[in-house]
Amino acid sequence: MKNAYDIVIIGGGPAGLAAAIAAYDAGVKDILILEREDRLGGILNQCIHNGFGLTRFKESLSGPEYAARFIDEVEKRAIEVLTQTTVLSLTKDKTVTAINTEYGVFTVQAKAVVLAMGCRERSRGALNVAGSRPAGVYSAGTAQKYVNIKGYLPGKSVVILGSGDIGLIMARRMTLEGAKVHAVCEIMPYSSGLKRNIAQCLDDFDIPLYLNHTITKIEGDKRVTGVVVSKVDENRKPIKGTEMHFDCDTVLFSVGLIPENELTKSAGIDLSPRTRGAVVYQNRETLVDGVFACGNVLQVHDLVDFVSEESELAGVSAAKYVLGEREEKDVIDVVNGKNVSYVIPQKLDKKASGNVKLFFRATGTFRNCVITAKCGDTVLLQRKKQIVVPGEMETLLLAQAKIAAAQGNIEITLEEQA
Amino acid sequence: MFDVIVIGGGVIGGAVLRELTKYKISVCMLEKENDVCMGQSKANSGIVHAGFDAAEGSLKAKFNVAGNKMMPAYAEELGVKYVNNGSLVVAFSQEDLKTLQVLKARGETNGVTDMEIISKEELRALEPHISENALGALHAKTGGIVCPYGLTIAAIGNAMDNGAKLYTDFEVVDMQKQDGVFTLTAKDGRTEQAKLVINCAGLGSGKIAALAGDSDIVVKGRRGEYILLDRESGDFVSHTLFFTPTQKGKGILVTQTADNNILLGPTSEEVETGNTDTTADGLAFVIQKVNAMVNNPPLYNTITSFTGVRAYSTRHDFILEESKHVAGLLHCAGIESPGLTSAPAIAKYVVEELVSKHIDLQKNENFQGKRKAEYFFKQLSVEEQNALIRKDPSYGRIVCRCEQITEGEIVRAIRENPPAKNIDAVKRRTRAGMGRCQGGFCQPFVAELIAKQQGIPFEQVTKNGKGSEIVVGVSK
Ligand SMILES: Cc1cc2nc3c(=O)[nH]c(=O)nc-3n(C[C@H](O)[C@H](O)[C@H](O)COP(=O)(O)OP(=O)(O)OC[C@H]3O[C@@H](n4cnc5c(N)ncnc54)[C@H](O)[C@@H]3O)c2cc1C
Repeated sequence: MKNAYDIVIIGGGPAGLAAAIAAYDAGVKDILILEREDRLGGILNQCIHNGFGLTRFKESLSGPEYAARFIDEVEKRAIEVLTQTTVLSLTKDKTVTAINTEYGVFTVQAKAVVLAMGCRERSRGALNVAGSRPAGVYSAGTAQKYVNIKGYLPGKSVVILGSGDIGLIMARRMTLEGAKVHAVCEIMPYSSGLKRNIAQCLDDFDIPLYLNHTITKIEGDKRVTGVVVSKVDENRKPIKGTEMHFDCDTVLFSVGLIPENELTKSAGIDLSPRTRGAVVYQNRETLVDGVFACGNVLQVHDLVDFVSEESELAGVSAAKYVLGEREEKDVIDVVNGKNVSYVIPQKLDKKASGNVKLFFRATGTFRNCVITAKCGDTVLLQRKKQIVVPGEMETLLLAQAKIAAAQGNIEITLEEQA
Repeated sequence: MFDVIVIGGGVIGGAVLRELTKYKISVCMLEKENDVCMGQSKANSGIVHAGFDAAEGSLKAKFNVAGNKMMPAYAEELGVKYVNNGSLVVAFSQEDLKTLQVLKARGETNGVTDMEIISKEELRALEPHISENALGALHAKTGGIVCPYGLTIAAIGNAMDNGAKLYTDFEVVDMQKQDGVFTLTAKDGRTEQAKLVINCAGLGSGKIAALAGDSDIVVKGRRGEYILLDRESGDFVSHTLFFTPTQKGKGILVTQTADNNILLGPTSEEVETGNTDTTADGLAFVIQKVNAMVNNPPLYNTITSFTGVRAYSTRHDFILEESKHVAGLLHCAGIESPGLTSAPAIAKYVVEELVSKHIDLQKNENFQGKRKAEYFFKQLSVEEQNALIRKDPSYGRIVCRCEQITEGEIVRAIRENPPAKNIDAVKRRTRAGMGRCQGGFCQPFVAELIAKQQGIPFEQVTKNGKGSEIVVGVSK
């Protein structure tokens, strides 16, 4: 290990791996990947179900298989990796402080940094769910780790809150492990999971999905003994008199993912309150020169295929930055218009080359709608879509010429047609 | 047989036990739960009160003010976080403003120094997020914050390092005195004997008195629910903000904690048992009050909620006395707030004034009051951290990413006094699992470390004692 690198990549999950490979292939070979776990691959290591890579490789891989393809490429290029190494802090001038058993607390200086730390699950505590605090309350990802990595069954009789993909996949996983999953409750009127997961993980196993329902009480002294589930009104407040009781020994929470941006914050990099990830330009550079962000630390993606794509972009951009291909930027904002909860990137450099793929999410379910990108009154692009749901990321490809010609900020809107 | 038995492993029992080890006597602690610090000392506001609140001439006033003065050195010796952040009692009406004068005068009578009534503008300068409706405040500069479980566990650990014995899962259900010797019996039949017994059983202190045939002590419970916010919002307020007290008590507070979280609460509700469930209504009440105190509290950064149960005596003051019915039974009962603040002063008083009447106290020259500085890895300098990692590489492995707690610290918590036996016990000692992901990432690792250190199968690792195993079997 040296004490200075051209590019330091924080996180060795799918995002960090793809960024490293792309940066290397773009001509910067002096790269260090820092990973806190004992192996590369990130959260994919515990996702032993299939369905990864359909877009990218046109085949259905398990999480570890998908990761292995990238790990192989990193190894082929002999990119330096430090596992079991946790980054403690980052500064604006790109000094990275990390810790491991071999070097202790040490710093490395980078010319460019790629943030690829991924995300964490929201916990029960964040929701203020009333009741006791017994054993048997887990976030879905923790339960997945117990089952798939550690080889233990966290419970036998389960209620799940949240119908995001991890919640759905764990409903199936726990069922296959012989547990009884009584219900999946979802506070929203729709599931934020992929449609295929609802079919394959719930419907195929006759697990009921209770939309507009939430857990209002957890019971049990040492171990969970049951939960109270209530229907909620349109403001997501529990309705008195609708309580149902389930006996169970386990409650799994799958109530959202939060990008892990503590390091980003420690470096004073601006975050978006909408995504809780960094504010970025189309090349995935943050508002601090030479620091790039990609993957779930930037925005929570539905599919790892998109993470890889975004991270290659960040990796190439970091390489270009190191190779000195920088210019003064000419910046406009991308604005969240009607029915749009966020758009990535939030900023566009009008001078940058290449068309830009905008990623965005809707605030609800909309049918028969039109997606519009406009600048003032000028419509830059319009696309029709049968159905748009918050659980599936939408994209819009904006031609470089249109961006270059924009006379102000660009707004993305979503409208249902009469 | 011991010279002295302390019943109850809370902050009071802990401080008393440690104080006793300063003398050449044999002492032990009996605790009914599977770990120490499982009662009100675990779940409270963590405020080192200045002392303007308690009635003039009360024991609460006396020990509060004395404890407040002792706390910085006491915490420092034990390696526990203490911050002198200052308290602000905020007025929202003309009535409240008058009460502030009363509080200040009472404080002065109680011996509190450095109090000042400040204007609306001065208040805003100290706390920019304060509500527009605030009219002024009493600023008590000696107010502070301390980590309550840290303080309790460190005192007990230090006492054990100095020779005290600890018996957990020892619920005292019978007490007999014969020929000047007390025999205390646990639920499971174990017995311990001593010449003196000190009742520091918190919510159970009335029951302990009753076991000995002393019906003078009546202790009741009052619940308080809290919400805790992530350290990310830790600078939202820097002082401890109180509403001006009314007939109904001190009310909800908004404070930084010694670990730089933000704590909101507690509610106040009479209860029969020590049940620590949280309720939707209780938490909603906390939120409503907090919104009246400050603008836009960062509730989106909530990481957990919890409940503590205050054990108060029907005398509404501390009971620090020898039983009038049973000689040699000393009561530290009804120690509600400001009990945490008062703990070091109470311990000194109980040992020097009450125990000394029965036992000739000779100084223990070998007493070592200082806990090792390396207790909190994060607080060491980089050079010190690296020296430690070279000696023991496990300090170079972060297990809890949110609080940046190393494997070395967790292993030490499992091995050192008082040994952590389960996941919650590790959490109280190290903060692993206390951060924003609430153990989502580190719990499996902590569980493995416990299994390995204790030589037990993984399936036997518990969250919080028997019956709270974290897994129910192996996967297919
Ligand atoms: C909501 C709340 C907020 C508070 N805020 C503050 C504050 O901000 N500042 C402050 O100074 N004080 C505060 N206090 C008060 C402070 O927490 C208490 O005064 C202090 O913790 C009391 O300590 P203790 O050791 O007496 O009781 P505990 O911590 O309750 O300890 C008693 C122990 O005795 C054990 N026990 C009981 N019965 C038996 C038995 N039969 N056999 C063996 N063991 C037994 C229990 O398991 C327990 O571990 C607050 C209290 C509460 C509840």
